[in-house]
Amino acid sequence: MIENPTPMLRAVLLFPLLCLAWLSAPFSAHAAMEIQVIGGAANKIAVAMVPFQAAPGQPVPALSQIAGDDLERSGRFRRVGLEGAPQPVAPAQVDYSVWRGKGADALVIGRVAALPGGRFEVRFYLLDVIKRTQLAGYSYNISAGQWRATAHQIADIIHERLTGTPGAFSSRIAYVQKQGKRYELKVADADGQNPRTIVRSGESVISPRFSPDGKRLAYVSFEDRKPVVYVQSLQDGSRRKVAAFKGSNSAPAWAPDGRRLAVVLTRDAASQIYLINADGSGLARLTRGGHLDTEPVFSPDSKTLYFTSDRGGSAQIYQMAVSGGEPRRVSYSGSYNVSPAISPDGKSLAYISRDEGRFRVVLHDLASGQIRALTDTTRDESPSFAPNGQAVLYATVLGGRGILGTVSLDGQTRARLSESGVDAREPAWGP
Amino acid sequence: MNKIFWPVLLALTVSACSTTGSKEATVEDRTGSGTAATTPSAGAESTGVSGAGVAGSALPGDASDPRKDPASPLSKRSVHFDFDSYVVKDEYRPMLEAHAGYLAAKRDARVILQGNADERGSREYNLALGQKRAEAVRKALAVLGVSDAQMEAISFGEEKPRNEADTEEAYAENRRTDVVYGDE
Repeated sequence: MIENPTPMLRAVLLFPLLCLAWLSAPFSAHAAMEIQVIGGAANKIAVAMVPFQAAPGQPVPALSQIAGDDLERSGRFRRVGLEGAPQPVAPAQVDYSVWRGKGADALVIGRVAALPGGRFEVRFYLLDVIKRTQLAGYSYNISAGQWRATAHQIADIIHERLTGTPGAFSSRIAYVQKQGKRYELKVADADGQNPRTIVRSGESVISPRFSPDGKRLAYVSFEDRKPVVYVQSLQDGSRRKVAAFKGSNSAPAWAPDGRRLAVVLTRDAASQIYLINADGSGLARLTRGGHLDTEPVFSPDSKTLYFTSDRGGSAQIYQMAVSGGEPRRVSYSGSYNVSPAISPDGKSLAYISRDEGRFRVVLHDLASGQIRALTDTTRDESPSFAPNGQAVLYATVLGGRGILGTVSLDGQTRARLSESGVDAREPAWGP
Repeated sequence: MNKIFWPVLLALTVSACSTTGSKEATVEDRTGSGTAATTPSAGAESTGVSGAGVAGSALPGDASDPRKDPASPLSKRSVHFDFDSYVVKDEYRPMLEAHAGYLAAKRDARVILQGNADERGSREYNLALGQKRAEAVRKALAVLGVSDAQMEAISFGEEKPRNEADTEEAYAENRRTDVVYGDE
């Protein structure tokens, strides 16, 4: 499906792609990542996104384009074509019957004004086309470096007002990019844009995890010729080795309070799970045995750890109390279920399941036990939930290179975040 | 495992590779403004010497080292595994017996057992699986009489594939434990 969109779909997709590349050029010095919305569910909210009026003498801002891409990627919205329609910039100018005629449920309009000191004022309005009322109106005073952040905030507001759930468009992702033999740990906006490198290394980096407050990143670096867990400040770049014991140190997972991590060490035996304070003190072993335990993740209430173990003879997901006790098996179908991620509400797990040789992201509802595949790719890895729980970020391989993708929880809308010519892997969605 | 010896072994290994030049990671500053400014790597971080695994190779005609003799089972260094398995197959017994004999005869010789996994599936699980594969070889050698002090088991997971192709043959080649001597 990703390789072969229908001609109609391709035409629809390419138009926004071209516009994005062109419009965003004045605002970003970084190479643009592609966004491809692959499919979608039937019941989407139809939004007309009118390009915001530019300040006199300034380029047309990409605000409505970026916000529209955000909304479309979520799978909850579709954009309504604007052909032939007037382009209002204030609510008083809106002829609702025109937008109703185009099938729009909601209308987004706005304008930009230049302020002294190189700043800008952005005003936007969200209008209910059916009830003919204003749902939201905001004004932002921004610098020239805040176009994308402003667009994501606008998308967050639209998402929240129209679906009742906060958007996650202002959040960030971390991932590892491999180019030749060089590895870069990057932090980017949730749409994959605006990537910034926080670690460069000649050796592999895996398993980045944002602290709950988003200010620190834990990760595993092989730069010392073996895996060591680091925690790095995203504010000043300083970092410390949190787990550098004899043997292998890996799979960091933040406790919800941000003060402790679960890590996997081989210092005493095969890979086992330990708890350790974020400053590297207070090591305590949690699992015991000769089997392999790894990939711990805390439940949102801090009471439970989910993890991968081969204690039953194959790789499966287990859970155990953070206070200790006997692990209980969670996944039963198939012989390889790994890399659990827990939803923000604690009600479902996303993990990688191998089925007939295909490694795919599945969603496991913990109450009902129901399991659904969310993707149709074959080499998926590293799922993580959006902060609002509405989508899953994952890595997969297409055309021989690693790419990042998001998928809505119904599996119907998949978007691809990737930069050409590089391998992207090990994604994690943060606050 | 002898806990005292490991740092010595590590130091030897690191110093043996330090001539390849330092490759430590560069940490960059991310200020709140969204601009990424490169800062010199912190002094504390520059102590980690991470050589690029340079392995010495025998010069032609070096007949004095039996480990380099293609006719000797000592020249065989890789134990291969089935998918998702860390069972050492019987076919590797002659090779492991040869290494066990060599290590028993040369008590100052050390080996690092480097476990690896193919690239499919979870990187963290593969890291743990590589460790189990290294441990499996370490235990097999221990049963054959090799002292714990002469061995260390580590894992590269799927991070250092020998064959980067996306084929079953490449996967099979990458599912292995390598026996690497400390003086090589």
